[in-house]
Amino acid sequence: MRIRTAGVVAVLGLALAATGCGSDSSDEPAAKESTKAATGGKLVIWADDKRAAALKPFGEKFGQENGVTVEVQAVSKDLQTNFVTASQQGSGPDVVVGAHDWIGNLVQNGAIDPVQLAAEQKSAFNETAVKAVTFNGQLYGVPYAMENLALIRNTELAPEAPKTIEDLVAAGKKLKAEKKASEILCLQSGQNGDAYHIYPLYSSAGGYLFGTAANGDYDPKDLGVGKPESIAAFQKIAKLGEKGEGALKRSITPENSIATFTGKKCAYLVSGPWAIADAKKANISYDISPVPGFAGGKEAQPFVGVQSFYVAAKGKNKALAQEFVANHVTTPELAVALYNAEPRPPALTAALDQVKGTDPDLAKFQEAGKNGQVLPAIPAMAAIWDPFGKAEAAIIGGADPAKTITAAGKTISGQIK
Amino acid sequence: MSTSLSGPGAATQPPGRGPLRSGSPRKPRTARNHAPITLTGLLVKVVLLGLVAGIAIWAAFPLVEAELWGGLAILLATTAGLFYLYLSPRHIPGKYLIPGTLFLVAFQILPVLYTVSTAFTNFGDGHRGSKDDAIVAIQSGSVKQVPGSIQYPLTVATKGDPATGALVFLVTDPTTNTVSVGDTEGLRQLDAGSVTVAPGGKVTAAEGYQILNFGEASNRSRDITGLVVPTSGGALRSSGLSRAYEGKAIRAYDAGCDCIRDSETGKTWTADDSAGSFVTADGEALAQGWKVNVGLRNFSDVLTDPAISGPFFGTLIWNFAFALGSTGFTFLLGMGIALALHSPRMRGTNFYRVLLILPYAMPSFAMLLVWRDMFNTDFGLINNLFGLGVDWFGETWSARLAVLLVQLWLGYPYMFLVTTGALQAIPRELTEATAVDGASPFQSFRAVTLPLLLVAISPLLIASFAYNFNNFNAVYFVTEGGPFPADNPTAGATDLLITYTYRLAFGAQGAEYGLAAAVSIFIFTIVATVSAISFSRTRKQEEVYS
Repeated sequence: MRIRTAGVVAVLGLALAATGCGSDSSDEPAAKESTKAATGGKLVIWADDKRAAALKPFGEKFGQENGVTVEVQAVSKDLQTNFVTASQQGSGPDVVVGAHDWIGNLVQNGAIDPVQLAAEQKSAFNETAVKAVTFNGQLYGVPYAMENLALIRNTELAPEAPKTIEDLVAAGKKLKAEKKASEILCLQSGQNGDAYHIYPLYSSAGGYLFGTAANGDYDPKDLGVGKPESIAAFQKIAKLGEKGEGALKRSITPENSIATFTGKKCAYLVSGPWAIADAKKANISYDISPVPGFAGGKEAQPFVGVQSFYVAAKGKNKALAQEFVANHVTTPELAVALYNAEPRPPALTAALDQVKGTDPDLAKFQEAGKNGQVLPAIPAMAAIWDPFGKAEAAIIGGADPAKTITAAGKTISGQIK
Repeated sequence: MSTSLSGPGAATQPPGRGPLRSGSPRKPRTARNHAPITLTGLLVKVVLLGLVAGIAIWAAFPLVEAELWGGLAILLATTAGLFYLYLSPRHIPGKYLIPGTLFLVAFQILPVLYTVSTAFTNFGDGHRGSKDDAIVAIQSGSVKQVPGSIQYPLTVATKGDPATGALVFLVTDPTTNTVSVGDTEGLRQLDAGSVTVAPGGKVTAAEGYQILNFGEASNRSRDITGLVVPTSGGALRSSGLSRAYEGKAIRAYDAGCDCIRDSETGKTWTADDSAGSFVTADGEALAQGWKVNVGLRNFSDVLTDPAISGPFFGTLIWNFAFALGSTGFTFLLGMGIALALHSPRMRGTNFYRVLLILPYAMPSFAMLLVWRDMFNTDFGLINNLFGLGVDWFGETWSARLAVLLVQLWLGYPYMFLVTTGALQAIPRELTEATAVDGASPFQSFRAVTLPLLLVAISPLLIASFAYNFNNFNAVYFVTEGGPFPADNPTAGATDLLITYTYRLAFGAQGAEYGLAAAVSIFIFTIVATVSAISFSRTRKQEEVYS
C-alpha cells in the first residue's frame, strides 16, 4: 500500500517534473526543424487560418516541382507578434503572410528583408499596392490582395447610391420614419471608436493623419491629429453623432455592425470585402459604391490595406524563401487561388482582370478604393489607433470636438518617438 | 495557510512529540526497506525515469546547438539529481518535495526573476536583439538595386560536391546569352562551348561545375545569400535561386567610429549604447535598435512621467474599490445563498446547487463578451428588457456598476461553493446551543456562525482580492477600461492598474516590455503589501477563535 501511494505520487510528480525540465529549453521545435531541413530543402510559411488553407495546395505544388518540402503553418492568433518573437529566437518561418501595415514594426525589429523585384515584375502590380509595401524607399513585401472600405447598401431599401453623406442621412432618416429600418447607417464605432472605419469621413471633412515626407513616405513628425483641420473635421462628424443626426452611434460595434445590416435594420453599411459573404448568406440584394463624402467637402478616402508576402530576415532557408516570394508569388495563378479562398481584389493586375469578369463586386470595391489612401505602415501609426478611436467615440457621444481631439493629438505625439 | 493554522497548535506540543520521534526513527525506515517491491511500482518507476531521461535528451540537443553550456549543466544536474533521488532508497521527504519545488522554480521563480531583469532593460519593439543583429538588419535592409542595372537569370552551381564544394553563380546575360561565372573574386566569362543554356537563360550544364537543383541549393541557403560577386557598379547578389541583380549596400557599419554611414546622403548615425540605437548629431535615430541595460530608468519613468503618474492614484483607488467590491459582493451573495440552502427546512437543495453553479461552469471569457453585448445601449438585452435607455458604458458610474454586476454574476458561485463547504464543517450543535440560550437566529449567526466561517474563508477572500486586483479580463473584455474622459484617452473610468499598464506598454508605438515589467513590479508590491497585512490580521483572528 505504502509503495503504491508513493508510486502514484512519484508518477504525478515525475510527469510534472518532466514537463518542468522540458520548459527550460524554449527552442526545441527550432532544432527539430533544422535537423529535418538538413536532409532536403524545406520552406516554412506562416499565415493566418484562411490563407494557410489556400496556400497549402500551391505550396505543395511548388515543393513537388522543385524537389523541396513546403510546410504551410496556420497561426490563428497574433501572427505578427508571434512572428517577431519567434524570429528573434531563431525559430521563426522563412516566409510570412500578413497586412502591409506590419512593415514598420517588422523592419524596426529586423524581422524581414527587402525583396528585390525587377522593374517589369513591379509594373505587373497595382501601383497603390506597390506603394503600400514600399518603406524607406525599399520594397519589403510582395502584395497579393488589396482591400478597402466601401458603402454597401440594401437595394430593396435604398435603390440609389447616395452622392453625399447628407443624402445618405436624409434617405436613412426617411426609412427610419417609415419604420423600414431602425438605424440610419451601420458604421462601426463601439465605445472606444474605430479609426479605420471613420477615416473616410474624417478625410472628406479635411482631416489627415500624417503629412508626406520628401521620399513619399508618411512623415511621423507632421501629425495631423490635433491640428485645426482635424478639429474642423470632427465638428462635421459630431453633427452626424448621437447628439446630432444620430447616424453615427457608439452602440454600433464591430460585432453587431454587419449583423444589423444583414438583419435589415439599416440600409447602409460601411465595410469591406469581408462583409460580402455574410450579405450573400442572408440573401440581401446589395450594391457597392464608394463611401460618400460631405457635401462640398473633399472626396472620402478609405484606407487601402494590402496583404503581402514577406521574407523573414532570420529564416533558415532565405534563398529558397526569396525564390518563392520574388519569383513565384508574382505569378497570377497563386493570386487567383488566394482570391478563390477569400474574395479580396488581387493586387496583380493580370489576376484581377482574370477574376473581374466572374465577380462584379471586385470592380466595385476597386472603384471605391481608387482614391483611397495607403494605410500608413510607419511604426508611429500604432500610436494613432487607440487615442484617435477614443476621441472619435467621445465626439460621437457628444463631447466637445476641439477639446477632445486636441487631447488626442497630445497623447499621440507624446507616444511617437 | 496550513503553516499558519498548525503554527499555534504545534507550539503547544513539542514536549510530548520530541522524544517520541527521536525514539523510533529506525523502525519505519527498516519497515520501508523491507516493504515488498511490487511489479507495478517498479514498472511505473522505470517508465517515469525513462521519461525524464528522454525529455532531458530531447532538451539537450537544442542547448548544445545553441551552445548554452550553462543551461546544459543545469539540465544535467537536475536530471542526475532526479535519478539519484528516486533510485536510492533514502531521502524519503525529498521524493515528495522535489517535484513541487522544481515546478515552483520553473513556473514561479524563473518568470519573476525574468520580469525583474527585464524591468532594467529597454526590451521592446525596435530593441529586441543584440547590437550585431541591428547592424546586420540595417546593412541588409539598405541594399538597393543599382539604377539602370539589368537582372540576370541565375543558376547556382558548385565546384565539386554539391554539399561542400565552393559555391559559384552562373549568370546569363539576357541580351547576348553569354554565361559568366561569379564568385567572391568577380565575374569571368565562360567559353560558350562549355555551357548549355536553356531558353530563358537557365544554365543546364557547365563544364567543371555541378549545377544545383532547388533542393540542393536550399541546403546551401546561407552560402547563397552570403555570396556577393563584386562588379564595377556594385555587387551581384541573388534574389532567390533563379535571378541575380546588381545591388549596393547604401549603409555600412564602421567599427572605427562605431557608427553607420550612408554612402548616398553622407549621413552618419553614431551608436548610443545607453539608448540602444544609432543616432545622428541632431537626434534622429535609426529604427533598428538593440537591447541595453537602462538601469532604473523605467522605474523613474513610472514615477516622474506625468502621463503615467498623473492618473495613477485615481486608478489605484478605483482598483481597490473594484477588488473589494468584486470580492465583497460575491461573498455576501454567495454566503446568503449558502446559508439559505444550508437551512434544514430547505427542500431540493441539490437541484438549486446545480443551478447555482452553472455560471461557474461556463468559460468566463465568453461570458464577459456576452455581458458586454447585453449592456449595449440600443441592441443590448438589459436596456431592451427593462425598457431603459441607459448608456451603460458611456457614463463613469454606470460603467463601474456594470463591471461590478458582471463580476457578481461570474463570481458568486465560487463563494457559494466555499461557504457551503465551510458551513458544513461548523457543528450544528453550536447554533442549536445558542438557540437554547435564547439567541435570535441573527444573533447566533453574528456571534457563532460568521466568525467560524471567516476563520476558514478569510484566506480565500484575500486570495480572491489579490486575484481581482489584477483581473485584466473582467475589465478589458467588458469596457476596455472606458469610458474615457474627453481630454484623456489614456486612463478610463473602469481602468485597473493592469489594464492601464497594458495600454501604456503595448498601446503606444510598439510594445515596451521593459516599462511593462517595471509597472508590474510596482503592482506586485502593492498587492503583496495588502495581502501580507491581511494575512497577519487573519492570523490574529485565528488565534482568537481556535
